[in-house]
Amino acid sequence: MPPQEDYRFKIANREALIGVGLAVINFVWWFAFAYGLGSRPPEEYSYVFGIPSWFFYSCIVGFILIAALVTFVVKVFFVEVPLDDEEEGDRS
Amino acid sequence: MNVAVIIPLVLFLVIIFAVGFIASRSLTKSGSDFMQDYYLGGRQLGGFILAMTMIATYGSASSFIGGPGVAYTEGLGWVLLAMAQVVSGYFVLMILGKKFAIMARRYNAVTLTDFLKGRYQSKWVVITAAFSIIIFLFSAMAAQWVGGARLIESLTGLSYTSALFIFAVSVLIYVIIGGFKAVALTDMIQGVVMVGGTLILLIATIIAGGGISNIMADLTAENPNLITPFGAEGSLTPSYVSSFWILVGVAVVGLPQVTVRAMSYKSSRAMHRALIIGTFVVGFIMLNMHLIGVFARPILPGIEVGDTVMPLIALEVLPPWVAGIVLAAPMAAIMSTVDSLLLLVSSSVVKDIYVNYVKPDATYQRVKRMSFGVTAVLGILVFLMALNPPDLLIWLNLFAFGGLEATFIWPVVMGLYWKTGNKYGALSSMVVGIGSYIVIDVFYTSLFGLHSVVFPVVLSFIAYVVVSLATKHLVVKEAGEIAAES
Repeated sequence: MPPQEDYRFKIANREALIGVGLAVINFVWWFAFAYGLGSRPPEEYSYVFGIPSWFFYSCIVGFILIAALVTFVVKVFFVEVPLDDEEEGDRS
Repeated sequence: MNVAVIIPLVLFLVIIFAVGFIASRSLTKSGSDFMQDYYLGGRQLGGFILAMTMIATYGSASSFIGGPGVAYTEGLGWVLLAMAQVVSGYFVLMILGKKFAIMARRYNAVTLTDFLKGRYQSKWVVITAAFSIIIFLFSAMAAQWVGGARLIESLTGLSYTSALFIFAVSVLIYVIIGGFKAVALTDMIQGVVMVGGTLILLIATIIAGGGISNIMADLTAENPNLITPFGAEGSLTPSYVSSFWILVGVAVVGLPQVTVRAMSYKSSRAMHRALIIGTFVVGFIMLNMHLIGVFARPILPGIEVGDTVMPLIALEVLPPWVAGIVLAAPMAAIMSTVDSLLLLVSSSVVKDIYVNYVKPDATYQRVKRMSFGVTAVLGILVFLMALNPPDLLIWLNLFAFGGLEATFIWPVVMGLYWKTGNKYGALSSMVVGIGSYIVIDVFYTSLFGLHSVVFPVVLSFIAYVVVSLATKHLVVKEAGEIAAES
């Protein structure tokens, strides 16, 4: 029988919560810039590198930001654990 | 059609075959556990392959052919919607995460159904799961075959039937021979092709359109709505677009073809790598593909059929042989989706139904023959259906994605993280999810302006929690032994 309180599950739970947190940040950023800057009439749009600013910040900067955040979080907070149950003898 | 376009495409298929054969040799060598090797690649996937195979699997033909077509019609608003998929690049692996991989190993699970069986110990949960996988994924797959054959048809000028035949033979050969490992490896090649191909095509399209500012000016001149987040007709409301965060973003956690990959990786190091690579690649491909669709509009105005935007723009802005390589990208997307679905349906039949309930004492040889045989028979069945696709099939395909999500998301996620969750909760969650999805999809299309997948996901969550709590006393004895430890 596996031990009742597997230390790896604590790590897994924390990492799942990080995933939820990242998704929330990602969504808020995406939504705020898209509809915050994009709800004006198109004549009033400002442009960054020729792209409407709402799209530039929401989709392009947002994507780069979240990819960088994922990299950071994984490198700093994620812990490597063995995936097999070594203590069990009945496994081939 | 142009020979210079066809040659790179054919070369691409040949490379894919070669990989399938090489993978099959490693399959016969190890031989310790055929089931794990054939359906899971022996849980030995590294980070890069894992990332690519996940992306190739859920970024199906809809995003690679249909997506740019819709972006062509709707403008930047549809690119915004497509970017909701970035979340799937990290969310799935983070949520299922190490716990899913550990539990899958503990239960010796090869499919999502195995996992549910190990977690809930219930025949009815297993049978419901297996049947919804077989029905929905089979139809999803058949529709993909139609798409693949249409693409070959438009590129080569062959008849639909011959195109379908070529497609079917190439898919079947390497899926049957190589199993999951071949599929995962070819997914990787296809992922690389997609990344490179979309980048080349995007750059060529921007140059052909005279630069981004020029393209934006042309779009504004034609219809200013094309550069707003609201779509060409102003019909893409924030709530509708946001609900795609559930359909193609977070609820992807419940898709069987995705979860099976989350149990196939070698180590937590591989998973970490896949998280980073996957997020970058999925965002990159989605952004490129859909921008190509939007930018193609001023260059090639008046395209009627959305699915032809990609091939037409590639042939327009690229030299023929480069177009051939780039068009291998959507081809790659369709093929990789198809082979993983085929494998999954086959594993559901052989493992979830046959070995579990028909013949539990089947010998190694018998299971092996069954696996090859069932995969082949399924392939032929799909071929026959794709020859003359019934209307029901098209509908089922559109339906399959959300239906599977509503069915599986909570039994999987809550099964991992909530100890009290039990088989009654799981079963009612599946039934409520699928039932409410059918009702909402058929009768309301969209409720309160949200995509029809949203409410079933919420309702199945409530069903899971309420029923699990209400039946807590019934399973109190087993719970101590089988529930997920936390």
